[in-house]
Amino acid sequence: MFWQVIWFILWGVLWAVYFMLDGFDLGLGTLMPFLSKEDTERRILYNAMGPFWDGNEVWLITAGGATFAAFPKTYAVMFSSLYSPLLLILFALILRGVAFEYRSKLEGDGWKKIWDCCLFIGSFLPALLFGVAFANIFEGIPFDKAGMYHGNILKLLNPYGLVGGIFFLLIFMMHGSLWLRFKTEGELSEKAKSIANKLWVLVLVFALIFLIYSKFATKLWDNYFNHPFLFILPLIAVVSLILVKVYLSKDEKFKPWLFSALTIFFATYWGVAGLFPDLFPSSIDPSASLTIYNSSSTKLTLIIMTVVALIFVPVVIGYQFWAYKKFSHVVTKEDLEY
Amino acid sequence: MSVTLLSRLQFAIATYFHFLFVPLTLGLVWLLAIYETKYVKTGDEDYKKLAKFWGKIFLINFAIGIVTGITLEFQFGTNWAKYSEYVGDVFGSLLAIEATAAFFLESTFVAVWLFGWEKLSKKAHLVSIWLVVLASNLSGLWILIANAWMQHPVGYVIKNGRAEMSNFAAVVFNPIAWLKFLHTIPASMTLAGFFVMGFSGYHILKKNNVELFKKAFRIAATFTLIAALIVVIVGHEHAAEVSKVQPTKLAAMESLWNTQKSAPMYLFLWPDAKNEKNSFEILPIPGALSFLAYQSFSAEVKGLKAFPKEDRPPVLPTFLSFRLMVGLGFLFILLAFIAFLKRDKIEEYPKFLKILLYVIPLPYLAIELGWTLAEVGRQPWIVYGLMKVKNAVSPTITSSQVLVSVIAFTVVYTLLGIAAFYLIIKTAKEGPKN
Repeated sequence: MFWQVIWFILWGVLWAVYFMLDGFDLGLGTLMPFLSKEDTERRILYNAMGPFWDGNEVWLITAGGATFAAFPKTYAVMFSSLYSPLLLILFALILRGVAFEYRSKLEGDGWKKIWDCCLFIGSFLPALLFGVAFANIFEGIPFDKAGMYHGNILKLLNPYGLVGGIFFLLIFMMHGSLWLRFKTEGELSEKAKSIANKLWVLVLVFALIFLIYSKFATKLWDNYFNHPFLFILPLIAVVSLILVKVYLSKDEKFKPWLFSALTIFFATYWGVAGLFPDLFPSSIDPSASLTIYNSSSTKLTLIIMTVVALIFVPVVIGYQFWAYKKFSHVVTKEDLEY
Repeated sequence: MSVTLLSRLQFAIATYFHFLFVPLTLGLVWLLAIYETKYVKTGDEDYKKLAKFWGKIFLINFAIGIVTGITLEFQFGTNWAKYSEYVGDVFGSLLAIEATAAFFLESTFVAVWLFGWEKLSKKAHLVSIWLVVLASNLSGLWILIANAWMQHPVGYVIKNGRAEMSNFAAVVFNPIAWLKFLHTIPASMTLAGFFVMGFSGYHILKKNNVELFKKAFRIAATFTLIAALIVVIVGHEHAAEVSKVQPTKLAAMESLWNTQKSAPMYLFLWPDAKNEKNSFEILPIPGALSFLAYQSFSAEVKGLKAFPKEDRPPVLPTFLSFRLMVGLGFLFILLAFIAFLKRDKIEEYPKFLKILLYVIPLPYLAIELGWTLAEVGRQPWIVYGLMKVKNAVSPTITSSQVLVSVIAFTVVYTLLGIAAFYLIIKTAKEGPKN
């Protein structure tokens, strides 16, 4: 029991950190076509994410790997049920990753346009689809005891799923514009600030819709009313979101991004904690739902994984933090690698 | 086509493609680190130039390896749900450890290296490339431990209707894993060595930065010779281990039909799977197969007929990939040996330099053949002796779904492959910017 709960908490942390970090890349990639048409500015945009996107994406790989290792049955049923949307996300992420490395390797507008397009699609689709997928998981997925899925990709795009998708997209876009605000100077930074201000209002509106809609579409809030101390999670998320606005109007550069990161982390965790002890609930047969108890690995494997996590996760956080600090400088025309 | 067949096709496309890029990453990173170490030690700017120049190619290549790796990890769940459920307790943890212990390190420090030329001290920058060496090799090790478990499952018990971990150390110290590791890493180094020698020769022939590329060549020649030798030596040990743990693979790779003592090795033969014999067998070396497998000329080697038909791998591809791979392995030793001997005056051998340029695709071929041997030779098992491929596929996916994704993989990967190799070759031919 104990080890399953530990891995449930870690599982949530991995997804939350992934969204908190890759969120700004995905959001900025989505915003790029609207932020600038000019090549140097676009290159600055690429370079603002350049040293980080890859390290950020590894959190996704780790989240996937941890699902496989700690809850293999959930991994199997979740990934095969969500076959088409998941592969769509993966293809999109492939295009995005390659866009970074290839765009500036050849001269020629056509070449660059192709990769700009790839960056946009490769950022927009995952941002939206991760939201849709998680909202659908919150609602429950139509699968039976044999692990057979009885839905289709259109059913995933139900109203609640779409609200979740749009919420993810908006908050990532805000997160991205705040990163750009922090990483650049002059006109581009100002543009990013004004976009972030506008997006903040939309994020707030959709956050409220999503929180209230969840009361009707999901059972997420049940855990909160049964264990009121959990309300601290959505509370931190909401307070952080308000602080984003406060620090934006104080013209701070880094703090708005930091608090938007906290918003994403705790908003994700709000949903994860609401699921407990489910990982992948079934909407058609509650007894088919995959929980941390009926889908986990053995105690031995969970203990081994815990030891690995205890050793390596702090080290990873240490050097990623160091790398973020090392490359936290403002990106200008002078330091363009991509 | 059935879901199983399509899923196999998809996994094969994804893996072969991924493995066109990963070996250059694994091998070239050693050369980058060696060149940069030379620069830091001697202060010779040429070596910095070399590290930067080959580094550019490394990054173009690295990007594809990264993004195509994720689809592999996720495909176990999307297409092979029954497998994932059955073995996840053992297999899943290996993938998760790879990500946590190695992949983070690799991705973070590749970026630090690329963006850090001006931001880091010389020594810190050098440390970052050595960390990439460490991380990429560790990453390879964990993946091969996972693959080795599919080849030769150890350290598990069957309980609760699945394979459960019983001995983690046995899984990690699976001899097949370490033989695979010590075979695959030097094979990747050989590939990278030929790549660097080939394109250095190209520039030497073009009289472009001759002194610079002679320095590149000198180091690469020694590096390649050592690596090529290790590949063959460990490869032999690996085959001997296979004879113990995967007798069907050994019989198929040698196309041996009848169990026999003092089994000979034929220099030329052609398998005829339909009639369970070889169409022809020429030039036998008496007892050689027994000796190579069991270190005794009289040992008994099991033939394919000793196993039920449905438990045998496809003979022709297993046999051919093994033969061709071995032949290429010896060719690489020969070429690397010549390159090593002539390394100080290599500009005086233009014909040999041309040969080195044109053989660059061969190590790519050899390494994909090695992969073919490992995976096709394991058929019909997904985990040898434990679970068959046909029982491993996801129950809920449909053939139309997988057909669409197979087509998508084919189209996207073809375009990416063209872009990647175009950029790699173009960058390699351009040479360093002055």
